[in-house]
Amino acid sequence: MMRFDLADGGLRALNAALHALPPDTNETEWEVLNPKGAHAIAVGLDAPIEVTVRGSAGYYLAGMNKRATVRVTGSAGPGVAENMMSGTVIVEGDASQYAGATGRGGLLVIKGNAASRCGISMKGIDIVVHGNVGHMSAFMAQKGNLVVLGDAGEALGDSIYEARLFVRGRVRSLGADCIEKEMRPEHLALLEDLLRRGLAEGKARPEEFRRYGSARRLYNFHIDNASAY
Amino acid sequence: MDDQKPHIPRTVPRQSWTFSPEVNAEIRRAAATGIYDIRGGGSKRRLPHFDDLLFLGASISRYPLEGYREKCATDVWLGTRHARRPIHLDIPITIAGMSFGALSGPAKEALGRGATLAGTSTTTGDGGMTEEERGHSKILVYQYLPSRSGMNPDDLRRADAIEVVVGQGAKPGGGGMLLGQKISDRVAEMRDLPKGIDQRSACRHPDWTGPDDLEIKILELREITDWEKPVYVKVGGARPYYDTALAVKAGADVVVVDGMQGGTAATQDVFIEHVGLPTLACVPLAVKALQDLGMHRKVQLIVSGGIRSGADVAKALALGADAVSIGTAAMVALGDNDPVYEEEYRALGTTAGAYDDWHEGRDPAGITTQDPVLAARLDPILGGRRLANYLKVMTLEAQTIARACGKSHLHNLEPEDLVALTVEAAAMARVPLAGTDWIPGRGGGY
Repeated sequence: MMRFDLADGGLRALNAALHALPPDTNETEWEVLNPKGAHAIAVGLDAPIEVTVRGSAGYYLAGMNKRATVRVTGSAGPGVAENMMSGTVIVEGDASQYAGATGRGGLLVIKGNAASRCGISMKGIDIVVHGNVGHMSAFMAQKGNLVVLGDAGEALGDSIYEARLFVRGRVRSLGADCIEKEMRPEHLALLEDLLRRGLAEGKARPEEFRRYGSARRLYNFHIDNASAY
Repeated sequence: MDDQKPHIPRTVPRQSWTFSPEVNAEIRRAAATGIYDIRGGGSKRRLPHFDDLLFLGASISRYPLEGYREKCATDVWLGTRHARRPIHLDIPITIAGMSFGALSGPAKEALGRGATLAGTSTTTGDGGMTEEERGHSKILVYQYLPSRSGMNPDDLRRADAIEVVVGQGAKPGGGGMLLGQKISDRVAEMRDLPKGIDQRSACRHPDWTGPDDLEIKILELREITDWEKPVYVKVGGARPYYDTALAVKAGADVVVVDGMQGGTAATQDVFIEHVGLPTLACVPLAVKALQDLGMHRKVQLIVSGGIRSGADVAKALALGADAVSIGTAAMVALGDNDPVYEEEYRALGTTAGAYDDWHEGRDPAGITTQDPVLAARLDPILGGRRLANYLKVMTLEAQTIARACGKSHLHNLEPEDLVALTVEAAAMARVPLAGTDWIPGRGGGY
């Protein structure tokens, strides 16, 4: 286990050390101490390593992550795992705005709640939120899956493209062009896998969720839809 | 008796200035379709511009440098504030961001080739980085846009600089729209969207708002790239004094200010023509912000929007810019709106020079299209050579003017070398009206 005290070493040294790891490194387990809400911790990683951040992180924890597993024992600030490509990011506490924004792959697990715009413009990432998500979540979501074990705020999936949304609790309102869709067997199977990988096995059953997605009415601009925009 | 009626002179039919034939045609078009006009390019209206400025040249009190003999340097460093690897360009004219999607693959390749031949940089666009662009661009600036289409850390690291795009001059405050007819298989894959649907590009970044967030976003980009790359911040010409100051505060190495003559791939005509500031009005305000912060020449300023000639380059630099950027002019150099295609432009209901339906993807010149047959019309090698020639001419023109003003480097040009032909240009550029020492508004606030 490699230990890095952010209070002593500083952010730049931490990220530089993580970026410098060779592909065959045996230093695969890292622990980051004293994050104290620092921004941009463990960003741009590209190695199959495991990083545990002891405490809470600020903006953009594990931004653009590839292959690594990053876990924060506290909460994460805005934009956790933004534009993630692959790997896994686990937030034991809550996540602020824009969690998983524009993520293109990998898995983001938030064991607490996520604030507004969770999964905004997501492009292939899987996001599993054990609690609730705030308003405008999955805005302009293009690809990937968002699973919410709790409730969703206003305007869920506004202007959504091809992402799939699964919500177990109450949806306060759906955004433009977002509709409830039939939950078919393949969706239940997908959801079962997402719940398992999202560390929510036993917390909820796939049958308890509803599925939401795009009505595809706004895919090509038409003047008759102007009031929907 | 003469029954012939006396001749009564008739008034000449008079067109309304307010309801001109163009205005009436637009009203009829709107009435027939129920949708606003979408087009590419920048503002077409007559605006105060660099044409309204003149250089004074040398005289008894200023002596000139000998053309072709005495050195007049043109190089520029960009990103010297924070980046471990700042960029060095041979000429202070860069190629602006234009997306693969809006432009064809060969057109992007041609831009890279031309820029590289001329010793300058080119820039990606809303849609990610293509191999032909990276492969043929010695110095490539990677745009970080609200859509984040194709964004990935590998391309971020393959880039030579990162440009965080907040806005553009053609539509400050607006997002983008790539219409479905240009979303080919390749474009769709790069943008993670189904083929054939309209792709909306957001007007705001998805994971930050405001200058304090921007500072943290820039920190993240620097950490991901180990502080190697210069980070530019591009803004549309809206509030250039404050936007420049806030970009500097957020940590930018370079500020790019794009005036309303700057082009876009597609947006509403009403947006292009009625929102934003002319480039001429942007430059002195951006320079003033840098000077007030003690950061002029430390944070570099790139100006774009309607730069066409070496004279424009020299004037922008004299007002305090470190470099300029060209987009529309570069497209024209490649062959856009060339009269050689006049017959085809007429078939599209337009004429060479006026063609701006770039979003429809039917460009006869093969530049703003994803149609493989049309795109094949542009030879990227020849196009690159044409662009390099044009950049060379612009540089020689700027040097000619600078030498005439006695300057051994283009950056030594200064506002004192300039006068304005109109009161408006004098007020915007903050140089005297020609033949006077009057600078309108001097002493006013911002």
